[in-house]
Amino acid sequence: MSDENRKKFLYINRKAPYGTIYALESLEVVLIGAAFEQDVSLAFIDDGVYQLMANQDTAAVGMKNFSKTYRALGDYEVRKLYVEKESLAERGLTAENLMPIVYEDEDDDYAEKPSLIFVDRAEMAALIRSQDVILSF
Amino acid sequence: MSTMTAYEINGLVAEHDEEGYLKDIGQWTPELAELIAKSEQIDMTPDHWEVVNFLREYYEEYQIAPAVRILVKEMTKKFGKEKGDQKALYALFPYGPAKQACKIAGLPKPTGCV
Repeated sequence: MSDENRKKFLYINRKAPYGTIYALESLEVVLIGAAFEQDVSLAFIDDGVYQLMANQDTAAVGMKNFSKTYRALGDYEVRKLYVEKESLAERGLTAENLMPIVYEDEDDDYAEKPSLIFVDRAEMAALIRSQDVILSF
Repeated sequence: MSTMTAYEINGLVAEHDEEGYLKDIGQWTPELAELIAKSEQIDMTPDHWEVVNFLREYYEEYQIAPAVRILVKEMTKKFGKEKGDQKALYALFPYGPAKQACKIAGLPKPTGCV
Protein backbone atom coordinates (compact mmCIF):
# COMPACT_ATOMS: atom_id res chain seq x y z
CA MET A 1 0.00 0.00 0.00
CA SER A 2 1.36 3.44 -0.91
CA ASP A 3 2.43 5.60 1.99
CA GLU A 4 -0.05 8.39 1.29
CA ASN A 5 -2.94 5.99 1.94
CA ARG A 6 -1.37 4.61 5.06
CA LYS A 7 -2.62 6.21 8.23
CA LYS A 8 -1.42 6.01 11.80
CA PHE A 9 -4.08 4.17 13.81
CA LEU A 10 -3.98 4.05 17.58
CA TYR A 11 -6.26 1.80 19.61
CA ILE A 12 -6.43 3.00 23.21
CA ASN A 13 -7.29 0.36 25.81
CA ARG A 14 -8.28 1.67 29.24
CA LYS A 15 -10.38 -1.09 30.79
CA ALA A 16 -9.69 -4.34 32.61
CA PRO A 17 -10.17 -7.41 30.39
CA TYR A 18 -13.18 -9.28 31.76
CA GLY A 19 -15.52 -6.89 33.63
CA THR A 20 -16.78 -5.41 30.37
CA ILE A 21 -16.67 -6.40 26.71
CA TYR A 22 -14.40 -3.46 25.72
CA ALA A 23 -11.07 -5.31 25.75
CA LEU A 24 -12.27 -8.22 23.64
CA GLU A 25 -14.11 -5.92 21.23
CA SER A 26 -10.99 -3.79 20.84
CA LEU A 27 -8.87 -6.85 20.13
CA GLU A 28 -11.33 -8.09 17.51
CA VAL A 29 -11.46 -4.70 15.79
CA VAL A 30 -7.65 -4.64 15.74
CA LEU A 31 -7.53 -8.11 14.14
CA ILE A 32 -10.15 -7.22 11.54
CA GLY A 33 -8.63 -3.79 10.89
CA ALA A 34 -5.21 -5.39 10.34
CA ALA A 35 -6.40 -6.44 6.88
CA PHE A 36 -6.27 -2.78 5.80
CA GLU A 37 -2.49 -2.61 6.24
CA GLN A 38 -2.39 0.62 8.20
CA ASP A 39 0.31 1.75 10.63
CA VAL A 40 -1.24 0.34 13.78
CA SER A 41 -0.28 0.92 17.41
CA LEU A 42 -2.00 -0.13 20.60
CA ALA A 43 -1.89 1.81 23.85
CA PHE A 44 -2.55 0.34 27.29
CA ILE A 45 -3.45 2.94 29.89
CA ASP A 46 -5.16 2.91 33.32
CA ASP A 47 -6.85 -0.48 33.98
CA GLY A 48 -6.08 -1.38 30.35
CA VAL A 49 -2.66 -2.61 31.51
CA TYR A 50 -4.45 -5.54 33.19
CA GLN A 51 -5.22 -6.88 29.69
CA LEU A 52 -1.56 -7.82 29.34
CA MET A 53 -1.15 -9.59 32.69
CA ALA A 54 0.67 -12.91 32.61
CA ASN A 55 -1.00 -16.14 33.78
CA GLN A 56 -4.61 -15.06 33.36
CA ASP A 57 -7.13 -17.66 34.48
CA THR A 58 -10.77 -17.05 33.53
CA ALA A 59 -12.23 -20.35 34.74
CA ALA A 60 -14.01 -18.71 37.69
CA VAL A 61 -15.70 -16.02 35.56
CA GLY A 62 -16.70 -18.47 32.83
CA MET A 63 -15.25 -16.37 30.01
CA LYS A 64 -12.84 -17.33 27.27
CA ASN A 65 -9.26 -16.49 28.19
CA PHE A 66 -8.39 -14.34 25.19
CA SER A 67 -5.08 -13.15 26.61
CA LYS A 68 -3.21 -15.61 24.38
CA THR A 69 -4.56 -13.79 21.36
CA TYR A 70 -2.38 -10.73 22.05
CA ARG A 71 0.57 -12.95 21.15
CA ALA A 72 -0.89 -13.49 17.66
CA LEU A 73 -0.85 -9.75 16.90
CA GLY A 74 2.69 -9.99 15.56
CA ASP A 75 1.46 -12.31 12.78
CA TYR A 76 -1.03 -9.57 11.88
CA GLU A 77 1.77 -6.96 11.63
CA VAL A 78 0.58 -5.27 14.82
CA ARG A 79 3.88 -4.90 16.60
CA LYS A 80 3.77 -1.72 18.66
CA LEU A 81 2.04 -2.20 21.98
CA TYR A 82 2.68 0.87 24.15
CA VAL A 83 2.25 0.43 27.89
CA GLU A 84 2.13 3.46 30.18
CA LYS A 85 4.63 3.12 33.03
CA GLU A 86 2.64 5.27 35.46
CA SER A 87 -0.47 3.10 34.99
CA LEU A 88 1.57 0.02 35.88
CA ALA A 89 3.16 1.68 38.93
CA GLU A 90 -0.18 3.01 40.23
CA ARG A 91 -1.40 -0.61 40.29
CA GLY A 92 1.70 -1.98 41.94
CA LEU A 93 2.76 -3.69 38.72
CA THR A 94 6.00 -3.89 36.78
CA ALA A 95 6.92 -5.14 33.33
CA GLU A 96 7.67 -8.49 34.97
CA ASN A 97 3.96 -9.02 35.67
CA LEU A 98 3.06 -8.83 31.96
CA MET A 99 3.08 -11.54 29.32
CA PRO A 100 6.08 -11.52 27.03
CA ILE A 101 4.75 -10.54 23.62
CA VAL A 102 7.07 -10.82 20.64
CA TYR A 103 6.92 -10.73 16.87
CA GLU A 104 9.06 -12.41 14.24
CA ASP A 105 11.03 -9.97 12.10
CA GLU A 106 10.89 -11.30 8.51
CA ASP A 107 13.70 -8.92 7.53
CA ASP A 108 16.00 -10.24 10.24
CA ASP A 109 15.84 -14.03 9.71
CA TYR A 110 12.62 -14.28 11.75
CA ALA A 111 14.35 -13.12 14.92
CA GLU A 112 11.91 -12.70 17.79
CA LYS A 113 11.64 -9.10 18.97
CA PRO A 114 9.58 -7.58 21.76
CA SER A 115 6.30 -5.87 20.85
CA LEU A 116 5.79 -4.24 24.26
CA ILE A 117 7.13 -0.69 24.49
CA PHE A 118 7.10 0.99 27.89
CA VAL A 119 6.58 4.76 27.83
CA ASP A 120 5.89 7.43 30.43
CA ARG A 121 2.82 9.66 30.48
CA ALA A 122 4.46 12.48 28.52
CA GLU A 123 5.65 10.08 25.83
CA MET A 124 2.17 8.56 25.66
CA ALA A 125 0.66 12.02 25.19
CA ALA A 126 3.08 12.72 22.36
CA LEU A 127 2.25 9.35 20.78
CA ILE A 128 -1.47 10.14 20.89
CA ARG A 129 -0.88 13.58 19.34
CA SER A 130 1.05 12.03 16.44
CA GLN A 131 -1.80 9.77 15.28
CA ASP A 132 -4.22 10.21 12.36
CA VAL A 133 -6.98 8.02 13.77
CA ILE A 134 -7.68 7.19 17.41
CA LEU A 135 -10.11 4.53 18.58
CA SER A 136 -10.76 4.44 22.30
CA PHE A 137 -12.02 1.40 24.17
CA MET B 1 -28.97 -27.18 2.69
CA SER B 2 -29.32 -29.50 5.64
CA THR B 3 -31.84 -28.62 8.34
CA MET B 4 -30.20 -30.52 11.20
CA THR B 5 -28.93 -28.57 14.16
CA ALA B 6 -26.59 -31.24 15.47
CA TYR B 7 -24.06 -33.68 14.06
CA GLU B 8 -24.59 -37.25 15.19
CA ILE B 9 -21.88 -39.85 15.12
CA ASN B 10 -21.32 -43.01 17.16
CA GLY B 11 -23.92 -41.94 19.70
CA LEU B 12 -22.36 -38.48 20.05
CA VAL B 13 -24.67 -35.54 19.46
CA ALA B 14 -22.71 -32.37 18.72
CA GLU B 15 -24.78 -29.21 18.34
CA HIS B 16 -23.84 -26.65 15.72
CA ASP B 17 -25.01 -23.18 14.74
CA GLU B 18 -27.02 -22.37 11.61
CA GLU B 19 -23.83 -22.31 9.55
CA GLY B 20 -22.52 -25.63 10.81
CA TYR B 21 -19.88 -24.41 13.29
CA LEU B 22 -19.65 -26.57 16.41
CA LYS B 23 -21.09 -24.97 19.54
CA ASP B 24 -18.72 -26.83 21.84
CA ILE B 25 -15.19 -27.14 20.51
CA GLY B 26 -14.57 -29.76 23.20
CA GLN B 27 -16.80 -32.25 21.36
CA TRP B 28 -14.53 -32.36 18.33
CA THR B 29 -13.05 -35.70 17.23
CA PRO B 30 -11.34 -36.69 13.97
CA GLU B 31 -14.41 -38.81 13.13
CA LEU B 32 -16.64 -35.78 13.63
CA ALA B 33 -14.31 -33.80 11.35
CA GLU B 34 -14.86 -36.40 8.60
CA LEU B 35 -18.61 -36.04 9.05
CA ILE B 36 -18.53 -32.22 8.94
CA ALA B 37 -16.32 -32.46 5.84
CA LYS B 38 -18.86 -34.72 4.18
CA SER B 39 -21.61 -32.17 4.82
CA GLU B 40 -19.34 -29.66 3.06
CA GLN B 41 -18.85 -32.09 0.12
CA ILE B 42 -15.19 -32.52 0.99
CA ASP B 43 -13.36 -35.85 1.09
CA MET B 44 -10.58 -35.51 3.62
CA THR B 45 -7.09 -36.24 2.25
CA PRO B 46 -3.74 -35.92 4.07
CA ASP B 47 -3.45 -32.41 2.56
CA HIS B 48 -6.80 -31.44 4.08
CA TRP B 49 -5.75 -32.85 7.43
CA GLU B 50 -2.52 -30.85 7.35
CA VAL B 51 -4.53 -27.62 7.18
CA VAL B 52 -7.12 -28.73 9.75
CA ASN B 53 -4.44 -29.85 12.20
CA PHE B 54 -2.50 -26.63 11.65
CA LEU B 55 -5.63 -24.57 12.42
CA ARG B 56 -6.26 -26.54 15.60
CA GLU B 57 -2.67 -25.97 16.75
CA TYR B 58 -2.93 -22.26 15.96
CA TYR B 59 -6.18 -22.02 17.93
CA GLU B 60 -4.67 -23.89 20.86
CA GLU B 61 -1.79 -21.44 20.96
CA TYR B 62 -3.60 -18.15 20.28
CA GLN B 63 -7.32 -18.82 20.94
CA ILE B 64 -8.28 -17.52 17.50
CA ALA B 65 -8.67 -18.93 14.02
CA PRO B 66 -6.29 -17.04 11.73
CA ALA B 67 -7.42 -14.92 8.77
CA VAL B 68 -6.69 -16.48 5.36
CA ARG B 69 -3.64 -14.34 4.65
CA ILE B 70 -2.17 -15.28 8.03
CA LEU B 71 -2.90 -18.94 7.32
CA VAL B 72 -1.06 -18.66 4.00
CA LYS B 73 1.90 -16.92 5.62
CA GLU B 74 2.18 -19.37 8.49
CA MET B 75 1.68 -22.46 6.30
CA THR B 76 4.47 -21.19 4.05
CA LYS B 77 6.74 -20.79 7.04
CA LYS B 78 5.96 -24.30 8.30
CA PHE B 79 5.47 -26.40 5.17
CA GLY B 80 7.01 -24.36 2.36
CA LYS B 81 5.68 -22.28 -0.51
CA GLU B 82 3.83 -25.17 -2.20
CA LYS B 83 1.52 -25.65 0.81
CA GLY B 84 1.34 -22.02 1.83
CA ASP B 85 -0.35 -21.05 -1.36
CA GLN B 86 -3.75 -19.39 -1.50
CA LYS B 87 -4.73 -21.17 -4.71
CA ALA B 88 -3.76 -24.58 -3.33
CA LEU B 89 -5.72 -23.88 -0.14
CA TYR B 90 -8.80 -22.85 -2.12
CA ALA B 91 -8.45 -26.02 -4.20
CA LEU B 92 -8.71 -28.02 -0.97
CA PHE B 93 -11.46 -25.87 0.55
CA PRO B 94 -13.42 -24.22 -2.29
CA TYR B 95 -15.63 -22.09 -0.03
CA GLY B 96 -12.66 -20.54 1.69
CA PRO B 97 -9.83 -22.26 3.57
CA ALA B 98 -10.28 -20.36 6.82
CA LYS B 99 -14.05 -20.61 6.80
CA GLN B 100 -14.50 -24.20 5.65
CA ALA B 101 -11.39 -25.70 7.22
CA CYS B 102 -12.19 -24.01 10.54
CA LYS B 103 -15.64 -25.55 10.51
CA ILE B 104 -14.14 -29.00 9.93
CA ALA B 105 -11.55 -28.31 12.64
CA GLY B 106 -14.36 -27.58 15.11
CA LEU B 107 -13.24 -23.95 15.57
CA PRO B 108 -15.41 -20.84 15.68
CA LYS B 109 -15.85 -18.82 12.52
CA PRO B 110 -12.71 -16.72 11.99
CA THR B 111 -12.88 -13.18 13.32
CA GLY B 112 -13.77 -10.76 10.57
CA CYS B 113 -14.96 -13.50 8.27
CA VAL B 114 -18.42 -12.68 6.88
